[in-house]
Amino acid sequence: MDVQTANGPRSQVNLIGLSRADYRGNPTTLCQGCGHNSISNQIISAAYEVNLEPESVVKFSGIGCSSKSPTYFLNRSFGFNGLHGRMPSLATGALFGDHTLKGLAVSGDGDTASIGMGQFKHAIRRNLRLVYIVENNGVYGLTKGQFSATAEMGLRLKNQGTNPYMPIDIALEALVGNATFVARSFAGDPKQVKELIKAALSHGGISVLDIISPCVTFNNQDSAMHSYTWGKEHEVALHELSFVPPAEEIMIEYGEGEAKEVTMHDGSTVILKKLGKDYDPTNRSEALRVLEEANAQQVLLTGLIYINTEQPSLREIYNITETPLNRLSQERIRPSRESMEMVNGLMF
Amino acid sequence: MSISQPAFNESPVTQPELIINDFSITVATVNGSGSQTSNLTILRALFKMGIPVSGKNLFPSNIQGLPTWYTIRVSKDGYLARREEQEIMVAMNPATFIQDLANVSPGGVFIYPDDITFKIERTDIHTYTMPVKRLVKESEAPSNLRDYIANMVYVGVLSNLLNVDLDKIYSALDFHFKAKTKPIELNFGVVKAAYDWAATNLVKADRFQVAPMNETNDCIMADGNTAAALGAIYGGVQFAAWYPITPATSLAESLNEYLPKLRRDPETEKNTFVVLQAEDELAAIGMAIGAGWSGLRSMTSTSGPGLSLMTEYAGLAYFSEVPVVVWDVQRVGPSTGLPTRTAQGDITFTYFMGHGDTQMIMLLPCSVNECFEFGWKAFDIAERLQTPIFVLSDLDLGMNQWMSNPFTYPDQPMDRGKILWEEDLNKLEKRWGRYQDVDGDGIPYRTVPGNKHPLAPYFTRGTGHDENARYSEDSETWRKLLDRLALKFQTARNYVPKPVVEKMEGARVAIISYGSTEPAIVEARQKLIQQGLKTDFLRLRAVPFTQEVDDFVKDYDRIYVIEMNRDGQMHKLLCMAYPEQTTRLISIAYTDGLPMTARNIGEMILAKEEN
Ligand SMILES: Cc1ncc(C[n+]2csc(CCOP(=O)(O)OP(=O)(O)O)c2C)c(N)n1
Ligand code: SF4
Ligand SMILES: [Mg+2]
Repeated sequence: MDVQTANGPRSQVNLIGLSRADYRGNPTTLCQGCGHNSISNQIISAAYEVNLEPESVVKFSGIGCSSKSPTYFLNRSFGFNGLHGRMPSLATGALFGDHTLKGLAVSGDGDTASIGMGQFKHAIRRNLRLVYIVENNGVYGLTKGQFSATAEMGLRLKNQGTNPYMPIDIALEALVGNATFVARSFAGDPKQVKELIKAALSHGGISVLDIISPCVTFNNQDSAMHSYTWGKEHEVALHELSFVPPAEEIMIEYGEGEAKEVTMHDGSTVILKKLGKDYDPTNRSEALRVLEEANAQQVLLTGLIYINTEQPSLREIYNITETPLNRLSQERIRPSRESMEMVNGLMF
Repeated sequence: MSISQPAFNESPVTQPELIINDFSITVATVNGSGSQTSNLTILRALFKMGIPVSGKNLFPSNIQGLPTWYTIRVSKDGYLARREEQEIMVAMNPATFIQDLANVSPGGVFIYPDDITFKIERTDIHTYTMPVKRLVKESEAPSNLRDYIANMVYVGVLSNLLNVDLDKIYSALDFHFKAKTKPIELNFGVVKAAYDWAATNLVKADRFQVAPMNETNDCIMADGNTAAALGAIYGGVQFAAWYPITPATSLAESLNEYLPKLRRDPETEKNTFVVLQAEDELAAIGMAIGAGWSGLRSMTSTSGPGLSLMTEYAGLAYFSEVPVVVWDVQRVGPSTGLPTRTAQGDITFTYFMGHGDTQMIMLLPCSVNECFEFGWKAFDIAERLQTPIFVLSDLDLGMNQWMSNPFTYPDQPMDRGKILWEEDLNKLEKRWGRYQDVDGDGIPYRTVPGNKHPLAPYFTRGTGHDENARYSEDSETWRKLLDRLALKFQTARNYVPKPVVEKMEGARVAIISYGSTEPAIVEARQKLIQQGLKTDFLRLRAVPFTQEVDDFVKDYDRIYVIEMNRDGQMHKLLCMAYPEQTTRLISIAYTDGLPMTARNIGEMILAKEEN
């Protein structure tokens, strides 16, 4: 849509009258070519395209290069850059302040799969309304190149030697932990990243996006499983994803059996166009199987791996007021003077 | 308040007259045997008779089978502290029998089940046996309940020997079993049978008795953790995250018990609160800080080991200026230590909690009433100052039953602090910046998520930041920020509870203390008068120290700082705050896991005075 703005030339705006610039953040200070930057850009595009109100989003992150990125997008949103590995708890508490808000979190593989594994798994089982993006590069970027827990066995890194351990698979962990939305993607596949973020923003509970996001400075050798080259050569997409917002009509027609539709919490639709084999992302055991198979075959399996729109979200479990808790007046949160006598009566 | 016996060693053995309402009862049992119901029944019955009482559970860290003692002090003069002397001992536990026997004060009473066959050689005490097994059998209680109701036998025997009103025993059971007829009748039946048995079979030879008084009519009976939870509820708590740990657990559990009664909207049945059991204390405080940041009245409750885990987040909250309330119900030692014993050992740790320069604000309740009061006030102070507030209670205060005045409704409206909503931002002439010190008091203005004004959002971070919350590594900006936080700590002096000061004509010596040692100190001061030592008394209720403390420390020849830890932690903070007074500030730090006694305090002060 083109509109004439009062103070300038015509600029592109979306349905709520915001331009792409309204979704931007500060200029990035990450390395040029870092996968994390490409994900930040897709967050901006996704938010713009789904007409997201920036003020309705709260950003969270832990510590790491990845966790720095919330300052590189959505400057018009509140944000809290917490502690290393402890972002999920921060988001859990903060999202109770105003339950109409959506959480958008960025973490790294160190932040999530090492120091933060406990909070990651517990946030998942509580199903809070949070888009949880793990920018997974198999390495600790910010502390200059140590192995992370997602690094493949046998990976060789400068000054670090050879990694002797088996890796942690974040998507698999999320799935085993009962996440209600699990996706894997690749920073080198921006279109898929963007559509997955849109879908995640429409999800009512937690959505875990394990996005392989190469660290060009410390872990981008062609043979490394978190590099651009390896990803490009080994990516196998489960389906081609497109996201249709609630109000819009589905324009493309698919033939019988050609595509699957998933209706999201907010009424939007995710269309999964078949590529190769049939895949049903609502089937949990099938999801576990394909992840195992991908690990065995050493392919980078991407797409919407699992979705469950039935599970109640954290907010529903707590049965809180329609008015956001942080807007309740004193009268509503301090019991009446009369009740004091009743309480004293209970104290024997 | 007057006091009957002059010396610390009371020996009632030779005088024939009755001793009424002035002794201690100790019951020795094994934990997990259900004796708590019996002990609370006696405590509550005495309370209902109008007699000042206090009860303390001295229990092991164990679920079942280890020795545990419950001690009740009956005090016509209203003293509530623990005493060393144990005039009446009920020895239900064969494993501690010999030790319990040795601990009875001369002239005292020793009661035990008749199936313990042990030749008692002490002749300076009165002994009575009870046919516990027989009475339990005759009660026809189901076999699974027999162990529990066995403890009702001593309730009946004691009631007879001491003259406890059986109607009051009945109302105590009625309260305990929430008016459920079946358990009340079953338990009361055993009490009555034991009472009647004692009436016909025991010849009372001792001198101890209770008699109704009028001293508790307007009082309530509660523990500090319940009081803290209720205080928080009247303070509008909206979010609480916690992780189970003795002795803090019952605080969060009380929130769970009372919040649905008091804070559920009667029309919509919707909650105005969230209580969440976190996966650990790191998460509990992370959640609480998230909630505080988003504009909720937010808290967590824990004890020492949990507090250790909260350190990194506490530092972040201090630095990024997030209001949150942390209750620390102190227990003994690092790691597990003595988890079911009491101490005041987290003072210096809490004050410095975090890395870099941190100064944490602490509130120090001494009573059930102050637990309630600080329960709500802590939120006002936290939101006013935008910083973590630590409320340091302890096991003795938190978990034991205390008679106290009824809770009083908050006497001030809530102070939500410097928070800006959409309409406030619209009215501002200057552009708002999160960390600008507009008022010169070190406290900036804040907005919270959900505020839809385009200027409201900002980014909160643990990294260096300027007045507008932008990332900054500039040295000068960093220094200024730390200075402003220090100024804010000075401002806090105007908002924290002032100390309580009690003076005596002509005293040149003073006592400073805080928290649950208060009852013992009140009593010790009376006893010290009889030893010829007058003392003034300042009870700290918060750190930072306020003007009243500044003035007080200058006034005396010697000031004894009394606390339940080894290193004199508050003494150290006082010496830091008042370096020119260090020669007058004398530490009396003592910790053995048990609540302090007046005798102990008196002796320690007199020993120092003699030096
Ligand atoms: C408690 C704590 N321990 C260690 C660190 C140091 N540290 C900062 S970032 C980081 C690792 C980050 O790795 P990852 O999450 O994978 O992020 P990346 O930089 O790779 O994007 C570490 C160990 C810290 N900030 N806090
Ligand atoms: S070090 Fe690696 S992860 Fe960090 S910014 Fe550079 S490329 Fe990205
Ligand atoms: Mg990494």
